[in-house]
Amino acid sequence: MGRYLLRRLLIALPSLLGISIILFTILALAPGDPFGDLASNPAIPPSVAAALRHKFGLDDPLPIRYFHWLVAMLHGDWGFSFQSRVDVDTLILQRLPTTLAVIGSSQILALMIALPVGVLAAMKPYSLFDQIATTFSFIGFSLPTFFTGLLFILVFSIYLDWLPFVFRVDINATGLQWLWREFLQSIMPVSVLGMFQGASWTRYVRSAVLDVIRLDYVSTARAKGLRENKVMLRHVVRNALIPVVTLVALQIPAVFGGAIITEQIFRVPGIGSLLINAILANDTPVIMAVTFVFACLVIVFNLIADILYGWLDPRIAYR
Amino acid sequence: MAGSTPVSLTVDVAEIGRESPVRFSPWLDAWRRFRRHHLAVVSSVVLLLLILAVLFGPVLWPVAVNDIDFSAMLEAPSFAHPLGTDDLGQDVLARILYGGRISLAVGFAAMFVSLIVGTLVGAVAGISRGSVDAMLMWLTDLFLSLPTVPLLLVITYLFRDHLKDLIGAESATFLLLVVVIGGFSWMPVARLVRAQFLSLREKEFVEAARALGASTFRQVTRHILPNALGPVIVAGTLNVATAIIAESVISFLGLGFQPDTPTWGRLLFDAKDRLDSAPHWALAPGTAIFITVLAINFVGDGLRDVLDPRKVM
Repeated sequence: MGRYLLRRLLIALPSLLGISIILFTILALAPGDPFGDLASNPAIPPSVAAALRHKFGLDDPLPIRYFHWLVAMLHGDWGFSFQSRVDVDTLILQRLPTTLAVIGSSQILALMIALPVGVLAAMKPYSLFDQIATTFSFIGFSLPTFFTGLLFILVFSIYLDWLPFVFRVDINATGLQWLWREFLQSIMPVSVLGMFQGASWTRYVRSAVLDVIRLDYVSTARAKGLRENKVMLRHVVRNALIPVVTLVALQIPAVFGGAIITEQIFRVPGIGSLLINAILANDTPVIMAVTFVFACLVIVFNLIADILYGWLDPRIAYR
Repeated sequence: MAGSTPVSLTVDVAEIGRESPVRFSPWLDAWRRFRRHHLAVVSSVVLLLLILAVLFGPVLWPVAVNDIDFSAMLEAPSFAHPLGTDDLGQDVLARILYGGRISLAVGFAAMFVSLIVGTLVGAVAGISRGSVDAMLMWLTDLFLSLPTVPLLLVITYLFRDHLKDLIGAESATFLLLVVVIGGFSWMPVARLVRAQFLSLREKEFVEAARALGASTFRQVTRHILPNALGPVIVAGTLNVATAIIAESVISFLGLGFQPDTPTWGRLLFDAKDRLDSAPHWALAPGTAIFITVLAINFVGDGLRDVLDPRKVM
């Protein structure tokens, strides 16, 4: 397992490097110049503008600029937000826990929907339950998160007035009261994301369980006289989860995409809404850093998926 | 059929042929299998109606898209405005019909981009062995782990204004969205095509073509590619839905089309702050996106039954 992990880590590093090159190239190729305002500002003589450009290395060739940027990133020098006048890394560290909390709890919700529903649907294929579950999962992943979010606000905040639709960080309450209000305001963002993921995972779980349930070793387990739920949990579900983990890992970038949208709809102060605001305010250092953090998160979650994969299927870890 | 072995000695082969005069063709068989998926059939009708509606709807409902009428702001659905009006008194139905053209066009065009790039990468990787294959697959895996939505947003934002000066705002955004969305969704297609190529290139009929002296190009275009198309068509269908959602996401976040180009995502972006006073304004484009995506997903599912025999259960 240790060697397997090390190998996965070594594979992840070039991907991270590749992603950073792609990102840097996109930003470098983009028209528009961070010093464009300086050149058109009559109060600043051209010689000063040129000196500034030279000082910040904007006239260097691209590979050298990339190298400088990479070294600075590795040193933890992520730059300075033009807009909020704060270091980018403190800004991101402020926002990251909220994003991770929302994504994490929505993934747990998705699992809690997808696993039981998918397994039950596969145990009795083409039954009434299976047909209802399949139809609902189709509806669930055809409903884009931005529309479900608006529908939830419309129903639960405007018509029923049960839940707050603006996410607040500065709740002035303590103890249980604080926990309760935190819970109330998280319900909608978490369930919008979780239901979307859960719906598409349900199909994966169902078809994976259907593939496994007909294999001979399952019949053997039943023939030995094991109880049905033991057969399902120990023999079927564990093996069915192997392809599911692969498919889920492929969807991780989409999960972060969904998180950006829900954060924007419910005004959750995470890194997704930070990115949107930075884009609208032309705040290049923040855009660059947040996109890179998203890329790192995708890689980290892929690594976690790999570890899960090795645990579920020991054959892979020892190859 | 000279030289073929009958399935059973008691069955007269010639007799069977005479008993079933029903003509057999692959297309007929495909239609027969597609028809069994009722929801897919219903969905293809719905999809066809939607396409006809956005194509001919603006002719049949000739209300100007940008006709501002301050005496009819945020009106609920009525006889004059079947889907109500927005905050400038513009007719929501007319805007949805017109915007649907662009939303659907972006979806289909981006699908074609992703199919072309994906088939090209997958075919080259699948037919060439060794380092080229490894390199292309590394690239595919790299693209698969890119955070798509942030990059879509950043790229559209960075390049839109520059392109706008060259070819005009609407076509610049259209071109950019199609290229960028297609450029970030070719990876599953490439993997599918490569997997098909790896198995097909060892099949006897390809070997026969090779033995007859067919060039690699001819083997690929005449023998391998046509047989690999089934799963590609399914993936392409589902890509239309993904692309429509991607366009709506970008427009919904206010970074896609401009207000005078009312795509469905853009309409939702405009409507989301008036949810309390005019819910009909947001519900209409949202429902349009939902129905389109649902129909495409069902059609894709039906096509999978037809074209991807491994998945039939």
